[in-house]
Amino acid sequence: MSTANLSMAAALNAALRNRMEADAKVLVMGLDVGKLGGVFRITDGLQKDFGEDRVIDAPLGESGIIGAAVGLAIRGYRPVCEIQFDGFVYPAFDQIVSQVAKFHNRSLGQVKMPITVRIPYGGGIGAVEHHSESPEAYFAHTAGLKVVTCANPSDAYWMLRQSVDCDDPVIFFEPKRRYWAKGQVDTEASPPPLHSARVVRPGKDVTLVAYGPMVATALDAANAAREDGHEVEVIDLRSLSPIDIGPVVQSVTKTGRLVVVHEASVNLGIGAEIAARVQERAFYSLEAPVLRVGGFDTPYPASRIEEEWLPDVDRILDAVDRTLTY
Amino acid sequence: MSLHHEVPPEPDLVQLLTPEGIRVEHPDFPLSITDDELKSLFRDLTLVRRFDAEGTALQRQGELGLWASCLGQEAAQVGAGRAMRVQDMAFPTYREHGVAWCRDVDPVTLLGMFRGVSLGGWNPNENNFNLYTIVLGAQTLHAVGYAMGVARDGAVGTGDLDRDTAVLAFFGDGASSQGDVNEAFIWAAAGNLPVVFYCQNNQWAISEPLERQTRVPLFHRAAGFGFPGIRIDGNDVLACLAVTRVALDEARSGQGPTLIEAYTYRMAAHTTSDDPTRYRLSDELETWRLRDPIERLRAYLIREAGVGSDFFAEIDAESEALAVRIRDACRALPDPDPLSPFDQVFAEMTEELAEQKAGYAAYLDSFEGAEA
Repeated sequence: MSTANLSMAAALNAALRNRMEADAKVLVMGLDVGKLGGVFRITDGLQKDFGEDRVIDAPLGESGIIGAAVGLAIRGYRPVCEIQFDGFVYPAFDQIVSQVAKFHNRSLGQVKMPITVRIPYGGGIGAVEHHSESPEAYFAHTAGLKVVTCANPSDAYWMLRQSVDCDDPVIFFEPKRRYWAKGQVDTEASPPPLHSARVVRPGKDVTLVAYGPMVATALDAANAAREDGHEVEVIDLRSLSPIDIGPVVQSVTKTGRLVVVHEASVNLGIGAEIAARVQERAFYSLEAPVLRVGGFDTPYPASRIEEEWLPDVDRILDAVDRTLTY
Repeated sequence: MSLHHEVPPEPDLVQLLTPEGIRVEHPDFPLSITDDELKSLFRDLTLVRRFDAEGTALQRQGELGLWASCLGQEAAQVGAGRAMRVQDMAFPTYREHGVAWCRDVDPVTLLGMFRGVSLGGWNPNENNFNLYTIVLGAQTLHAVGYAMGVARDGAVGTGDLDRDTAVLAFFGDGASSQGDVNEAFIWAAAGNLPVVFYCQNNQWAISEPLERQTRVPLFHRAAGFGFPGIRIDGNDVLACLAVTRVALDEARSGQGPTLIEAYTYRMAAHTTSDDPTRYRLSDELETWRLRDPIERLRAYLIREAGVGSDFFAEIDAESEALAVRIRDACRALPDPDPLSPFDQVFAEMTEELAEQKAGYAAYLDSFEGAEA
């Protein structure tokens, strides 16, 4: 039986296990990824089965984790790095942006950087500061990086496998608040390409683009909108760089209305890029301005008021209503 | 009592050839070397200096956008470079022209990034010489990761001289303050990795003197990380060779990292864009000129090895021929195709980028007289 009902965490674990079994050059490296299995247990049991040489508890330094991954990649390894929380990736920012992203190009294509950087991201878990951020736009802005995010256990499984297999660096964002939601995972399915968007709910009135943790929220909003008589088409973007804009444009051509939602602050976020591309390609289809629903341009707030900051069903519905009544 | 003791005097450094060209023995680092090997080192040093001077000249002639000269540091680089075995891997900064020379990287290749025709431009695994790294200290972590790979490949401590592998990480006194360098020390120590950290202390980080970076001799820092540190006369090619050999041997045999501080001096500007007359005195330059790495070896070869003028004339002629070749080859380096930046961003090009490339190609073609 190749189908199982797995949490996203278990699906990610299964994907890592699958790739480590398939390729001896795949290494897992990060903080507490060994005996502890990672603070979210994504690497649970891997060190026991693959040994300390392949599941490496790193000294505590994020720049070191990514810098060492570069050297391992030059030596022919395929490192999968775990950054413990979104807000801790910044010490590694230089290594990611200046080294990982550029190395293949600098070597005239002669050295590959098949590095996957897994980052649990996003809020909604009542965490302390630096544990709830959505830094995806920084990486999507950087040439040489591929950036993806999963929204359900099946995508978590397949997209992580595809990311590890990819010969280019992939920043893999995991919506930590969805780690424990379960879903069907078919480990013998034929997955869609890594960098493809997908319509997850058809509709004819408004297009709602979301990714990562916001896909579930967007689907909830679409259900609520149906009660008001509006059919909202929900698209899971999945890949943030490159962006598969085709399905979005196709949808907007039909609906004429677009709302983009993400947890990250709206200023210069992924939503801005979606809006720009859609008006470039579907200008005459648009019946209303493209609206963005996202985090405010403030630091992520103290957790007791994070629900005010995070886009929720009501804020999405408000935007849907505004675009419908424009 | 006081917690703050007086700062101890400057420590001795390992020296095997004095500035006057006198061979001295060091109890811990005996070096048996033939006259032919010494002549070969002299040739390396001289050709590297000539090549480096050509880099500066080409920049002045407008052929290079920038040049980072290694003048004065030839011995530190050639000594280290010649201590390496074929399978060892070097992680240079952007000034290791002498190491590149020892790794058989064509000097013309190095010019590419300074001319602006490439952003690196060679395969690190071809000569086991990594790409130049401009962000200070970043490459020390790459060296650590590479050394982790070496260890996982079982290429440490087997006793097989052709298999056991060490990694040589270059950086400078300025970069010693970088977080990455300190992280690299920690990783190497905690993992007992086969990496030798080779700090060319050339006294200046652009305009900032060593005192801006440290109040202990840099090699002392190793002690705090748990591995040996040693200072050598960076202008003495024999000391650089002997000590680096030992450190690399120990790394290959599984004894872990070493920090070598090659005490030297940046005789030229930081780069051709720099003006050192604004921040340092010419007296200092004169002091170091008397410690020149090439002149001391020349003196030894003439006085102690009886090497005649024919040899030096031969080297001079070879230097000139090298300079002519580099000059011509540099001028002949073609500008990259305007569409080439798209091609190597990824191993698997994205549709997005392919579209952008096609769009720019169409734009270029839209001009009158554009090639079909």
